Amino acid sequence: MSAHFVQKRIQKEILTMRKSPPPGIRLCEDSLRSAPEFMVELTGATGTLYSEQIFKLLFKFGERYPFESPQVTFVGNCIPVHPHVYSNGHICLSILTEDWSPALSTEAVCLSVISMLSSCTEKKLPPDNAFYIRTCSKNPKDTKWWFHDDQV
Amino acid sequence: MDSDEDFDYYDAGDDEEDDLSLRDDADDDDEDEGYLDDNIIVSEAPHGSETKDEEVYPHECLSADRIVDLMVEILKEVNDIVNIPPTTLRILLAHFNWDKELLLEKYYEYDGNQERIFKEAHVVSPFKMKRSNKSRDVSCEICCSSCSSSFMTGLDCGHMFCKGCWSQYLRTKIMDEGMSQTIPCPAFDCEIIVDDAIVMSLISDKKVRLKYQHLMTNSFVECNSLLKWCPSPDCHHVIKVEYRDRRAVKCDCGREFCFECSESWHDPVLCVHLKKWLKKCDDDSETSNWISANTKECPKCQVTIEKDGGCNHVICRSQTCKHEFCWVCLGPWDPHGASWYNCNRYNADDAKKARDTQQRSREMLQRYLFYCNRYMNHLQSLKFEHKLYARVKRKMEEMQQLNMSWIEVQFLKKAVDVLCQCRQTLMYTYVFAFFLKRNNQLLLFEDNQADLEKATETLSEYLERDITTASIRDIKQKVQDKYRYCDSRRSVLLRHVHEGYDKEWWDYLD
Repeated sequence: MSAHFVQKRIQKEILTMRKSPPPGIRLCEDSLRSAPEFMVELTGATGTLYSEQIFKLLFKFGERYPFESPQVTFVGNCIPVHPHVYSNGHICLSILTEDWSPALSTEAVCLSVISMLSSCTEKKLPPDNAFYIRTCSKNPKDTKWWFHDDQV
Repeated sequence: MDSDEDFDYYDAGDDEEDDLSLRDDADDDDEDEGYLDDNIIVSEAPHGSETKDEEVYPHECLSADRIVDLMVEILKEVNDIVNIPPTTLRILLAHFNWDKELLLEKYYEYDGNQERIFKEAHVVSPFKMKRSNKSRDVSCEICCSSCSSSFMTGLDCGHMFCKGCWSQYLRTKIMDEGMSQTIPCPAFDCEIIVDDAIVMSLISDKKVRLKYQHLMTNSFVECNSLLKWCPSPDCHHVIKVEYRDRRAVKCDCGREFCFECSESWHDPVLCVHLKKWLKKCDDDSETSNWISANTKECPKCQVTIEKDGGCNHVICRSQTCKHEFCWVCLGPWDPHGASWYNCNRYNADDAKKARDTQQRSREMLQRYLFYCNRYMNHLQSLKFEHKLYARVKRKMEEMQQLNMSWIEVQFLKKAVDVLCQCRQTLMYTYVFAFFLKRNNQLLLFEDNQADLEKATETLSEYLERDITTASIRDIKQKVQDKYRYCDSRRSVLLRHVHEGYDKEWWDYLD
């Protein structure tokens, strides 16, 4: 697949987000560099545990995007305390690996992450957090995620 | 071959007993005693032909082309009955693991509600009205470019993408993820499966097409319970059976294996025990037994200590512990005073418990090593098999120099065949016995085992001997008698074990 195609698709996604961003999602314009990556600011939905909190989500796109999923991690000082988010920013979410579809978009991923935060009832770290952050690879896609709990 | 005729001849006389009793076995033992000294032929050669009949397990060996033919045949057969388009039918059949009877049964069971069957197989019913995509220019959701509708395509679920994205998607799924039979529609959360016709129409790259076909064939074989790949490396043959069983099958490449578990043919031991055994040989479970058999734990901090000399007054080296205790009774050292080499507090209760545990570990290790050594011994001998065949071939040529005809020397090859079979059986008898509790039937089994082992070793020894003109007739007679005896003893042993399986004689250790 030509690099041109990937660029075009990412450009399209950026445009849509800039033009009509869904509530709670804001593209960080200063993160738009030439490298195929950018940052999005998420605001926790009102009435949830993360209400009004602002988190930064980093998207990195590989050569085979969108046929392979993007690398998505929380970055910065503020990483949500959530049973599916490790303290290094890695997220355990099935659409980021095995349930990824090329018809999904950055926006759809952001919405999924917000909804994941919204349905949380207790702020706590994943039970294996301490072990995971010591042993995991930098790229969360190298982790064989085990989706053991779809409730949160 | 003359030897085979002889064999049948002996069998003809055998019509009395068809099961093995204690008495029967004792008789055989007696015969063996006399048998080793000279070469009287065991006139009964019990049950030989029966075993051979029992062992008939119809199977055939298919080449890669034949596998594809078989797939097409099955498709056609079912299509004649249910009239579903072949592409859909292939997905349905794969869903039912290529069990056409099951498919037909379900298809008619759900009569009137066949939608359900298609839904479960993740395919759109071919009888459903197709949605037509009317809009002329549409945008592809993947590459975000607008294309004319003629460049858009999709499955019956109605999700349309441009042909370029489709082929890139399929390529990724096939080449990177090794998927074939279960590639879903690219749309998010759509489970409808991509059929082979659309793949073949969208992919033009030969390499990808070939890989797809390989993967499809492989999934056909893996799903189909009546097919099994030959486990030999680089052998691309498939064994097809008529019914599934734990039986020996033989590939055209020469490999003989168990149809159930694909390991080398392992009668008399069951697949599950063989698997447990192989795992035990590979993993470290016996290492821990060695540790508990040869070391003791500090009674205070539980650190593992191996004593390699010195007196019984042990001071734990662990920096935080420094506990002083007696190596013999594991009690604290204080009451021992100055008696460094004698422990007179031998019967303290907790010390006894520690010693018992150690004793048990030692026994378990001993037991494992006993069976493992014997198993390994036969395994090792089998590995020299090809050398033996080469040597026997030379010997056969030598004998032909000594005025024997080609047909007359064939008995040697047959003898090596039998020798190898016996070794293989013997090897697995140790695995079989390892998992068993002692009972009378096991004693009987061990007698059979000892007898077969003795005869097999004698046969092996005969085959090592030098052949001279003077001894040649004598040796032929001896070898023939011995291999026939081995073969019959092997049948007796196996039949006894099989009967035990049927009659539930065997008590397994946990």
